[in-house]
Amino acid sequence: MTDPLDVLRASTRARVALGRAGDALPTGRLLELRAAHAAARDAVHTPLDVDAVAGAIAGLGVEVRQAAGAPRDRGEYLTRPDLGRRLASGVELPRGEHDVVLVVADGLSPLAVRDHAAGLLAEILDRLDGVRVAPVVVATQARVALGDEIATAVGARDVVVLIGERPGMSSVDSLGVYFTYDARRGRRDSERNCISNVRPPHGTGYAEAATTLALLMGEARRLKLSGVGLKADPALPAG
Amino acid sequence: MTRRRAALGGHTYEFADLRALLAAATPERSGDVLAGVAASSEQERVAAQGLLADVALSTFLDEHVVPYDEDEVTRLIVDSHDAEAFAPVASMTVGELREHLLRPSTDTTALAAGLTPEMVAAAAKLMRLQDLIAVGRRTPVVTAFRSTVGRPGTMATRLQPNHPTDDPAGVTASIVDGLLLGCGDAVIGINPATDSPQRTTELLHLIDDVRARYAIPTQSCVLAHVTTSIEIMERGAPVDLVFQSIAGTEAANSGFGVRLELLREAHEAALALDRGTVGTNCMYFETGQGSALSADAHHGVDQQTLEARAYGVARAFDPLLVNTVVGFIGPEYLRDGKEITRAGLEDHVCGKLLGVPMGVDVCYTNHAEADADDTDALLTLLGAAGCSFVICVPGGDDVMLHYQSLSFHDALYARQVLGLAPAPEFAEWLSTMDLLDEAGRVRELPAAAMRTLTAGVR
Repeated sequence: MTDPLDVLRASTRARVALGRAGDALPTGRLLELRAAHAAARDAVHTPLDVDAVAGAIAGLGVEVRQAAGAPRDRGEYLTRPDLGRRLASGVELPRGEHDVVLVVADGLSPLAVRDHAAGLLAEILDRLDGVRVAPVVVATQARVALGDEIATAVGARDVVVLIGERPGMSSVDSLGVYFTYDARRGRRDSERNCISNVRPPHGTGYAEAATTLALLMGEARRLKLSGVGLKADPALPAG
Repeated sequence: MTRRRAALGGHTYEFADLRALLAAATPERSGDVLAGVAASSEQERVAAQGLLADVALSTFLDEHVVPYDEDEVTRLIVDSHDAEAFAPVASMTVGELREHLLRPSTDTTALAAGLTPEMVAAAAKLMRLQDLIAVGRRTPVVTAFRSTVGRPGTMATRLQPNHPTDDPAGVTASIVDGLLLGCGDAVIGINPATDSPQRTTELLHLIDDVRARYAIPTQSCVLAHVTTSIEIMERGAPVDLVFQSIAGTEAANSGFGVRLELLREAHEAALALDRGTVGTNCMYFETGQGSALSADAHHGVDQQTLEARAYGVARAFDPLLVNTVVGFIGPEYLRDGKEITRAGLEDHVCGKLLGVPMGVDVCYTNHAEADADDTDALLTLLGAAGCSFVICVPGGDDVMLHYQSLSFHDALYARQVLGLAPAPEFAEWLSTMDLLDEAGRVRELPAAAMRTLTAGVR
C-alpha cells in the first residue's frame, strides 16, 4: 500500500509530511532546510559581479554604465533603505534626452540579476521600437527608488528597474520589474507598477514579463501616469 | 511639553518632550535609527531611561505622543481610559510601575483598563528580558470562540496553510499536515494570494468544510482586508473571525485602508453571525514594530511605543487573537536575532498588560541576521512568558510570503519541553481522533487518523 503521506507531498510545494525524530525533524530534513536557508542568505550577500553582468548586457548591442547607491557596505544597505535610494557621492552619469532608462539593480538578490537580467533585457529591448532608450545602468547597493535619481541624472522621463527580490527559501532568484512614469526623487511606491517573480522556468517568463511591461508603458504614455491609476492587466501580479 | 535633562558620565543630555524621551530610552533597534529618533549613544540611552523611570504615570494622560486633535487612536486611548482601574497605580512613576508589576501580590490583569499603551511601553523599556517574561507570565488574557485561548499552562497555534496560488488541494494538504502534528487550535488562518471576495469566500468554505467534516473545535479565517470580510458576510459567507492588520496611528491605519469606524462595523457584523460555541470573541488582528514608519506615519515616535498603541486599538474590539509578526518586515526595523527576540517579548507583555490576547509570529526574513536558532530561543522564551499562541507553517517555510516562521514540529517541541497543553477543547478533539498517546503527546504516524484525514485531500 502506498504511503498516505505521498498524497500530501504531491499536492503542494509547501514542506509537508517531513516525518519526525521525537518532536523534531529527521536529520535529512533538518539539513535540507538549512541548505535552503544558506542558499537564500548567499543570494543576499554574494556581491553582484558587475563586470560580468555589464558584459552580458553589452552583448545585446547596447551601451552600459555603472552606478552605486550610497550605502558603504551590505550591512548598511540592509538596515538603511533610505541610503539605497540615493546615488553614492561621486557617481556621474552622462546626460542626454531619453524617453526611458533601464536600470539593473542588485537589490536583495544579486543572484537573480546574474541569472535573469540579460535574458529579460533582451526581450524588453525587442519591444521598445521607436522609444528613445538611454544606456543601461547597472547599479549596486540599490533600492527601487534609486532609479528615480538615475532617470533624472541621465535625462530620461521614465525608468524601468530590474531588481533582485527578497529571496525565499524556495525561490532565491526572483527578479522584479518596476516601472515609473515621469520618474523623479520622491515618487511613491503607489506611483509604480510592478511585475514580480520573473524567474523562468518556475516563475514568470522573460517574454511574458516584457510584453506586460510594454503594454504598461504604452498605456502610461497615453494616460501620463503610472502606479495604481494605471489600469493593469488582470494577469499582472500585485505589486 | 516639558524639556527634561539628565547628567551621566560627565555629559548632560536633554530631551525635548516625552516622545523624544521614550524614543531615546528604547533599547537599540535599527528601525528607530532609520527613523532618526534613537539615542545617539549607550550613555544617552541609559540617561533617558533614568529620566523615564521618574516620569509620573499621570503625565501620559496629559502629554500625548501623537496629538489628540490629529489622531483617532490617541482619542480612543484617552477617551476610553478607566480612572477606577488606574487608581491603584495613579500616584506611581514608570519605574515604580515596573516594580509593582513584578511583585507577586499585584493583580496585573485587573490593571488593564487603567493602563495606556504609552505607560506599558515605557515600563517595558526599563525591563530586562526576564522582567518581560515574568510579567507576561503572570498576566493571562483568556478569550474564546470554538476553542479557548490563553489559559495558563496552554499554548495554542495558528495553522497557516498558505499556498502561492491558493490551490485548494495544496491548502488542504498543509491543513492536514498541521492537524496531524496537533496544530490549529487558535485558528486555521490563511493569507490569500489574491484578496478578492470570491477567492476569500472559496477559501473560507474550504477551511470550514474541513473543520465541519472532522468536527474540529477551532475557527477558520481568511486574512483578507476588513472591507472584503464585511462584503462577504453580507452575502452569507461563513466568517468566524474578521481579520485586519492594524497599527498605532490613524495615518498608518489609513495606509492599511482602515478607520476605527470600519472596524466597529465589521465587529458588529461578525458578532451578529453568532458562530462561536464557547465564546464570542470574533476579531483577529496582526501588528508589527515598524509598520507605522514604513507607512511614513510615525510622528517621530519610536516603533515600540507605536506598537503598543496598536494594541490600544485592538482591545477596543474584544479580539480572539492578536499577534505581532515580529521579524517580518526586515532588518531595517529589527536587525538581527537579538533585536527580534527583545521585540517579541516586549510586544507580548505590552499586549497582555493592555488586556489583549497576545500571540507572536516568531519569524525572520532571509536578509535579517537571524536563523532557526533564534526562533528556537524566542519560542522557548515566549513559552515561558505564557504567550497565548504562535504561528506555524509546514517546515517553517512559508512558500507564499517567502519568510520563515515556526514549524508544526516547533510547537510540539515547546509544548513538550515547557509542559504546555493545546487549547482544552482542541486537546480533547486530538484525543478522540486517536492523535495522542497515553502521556498526552502527539503520536508519531498514527496510521488510522492519517488515513481518515488524508482522505480529505483531493
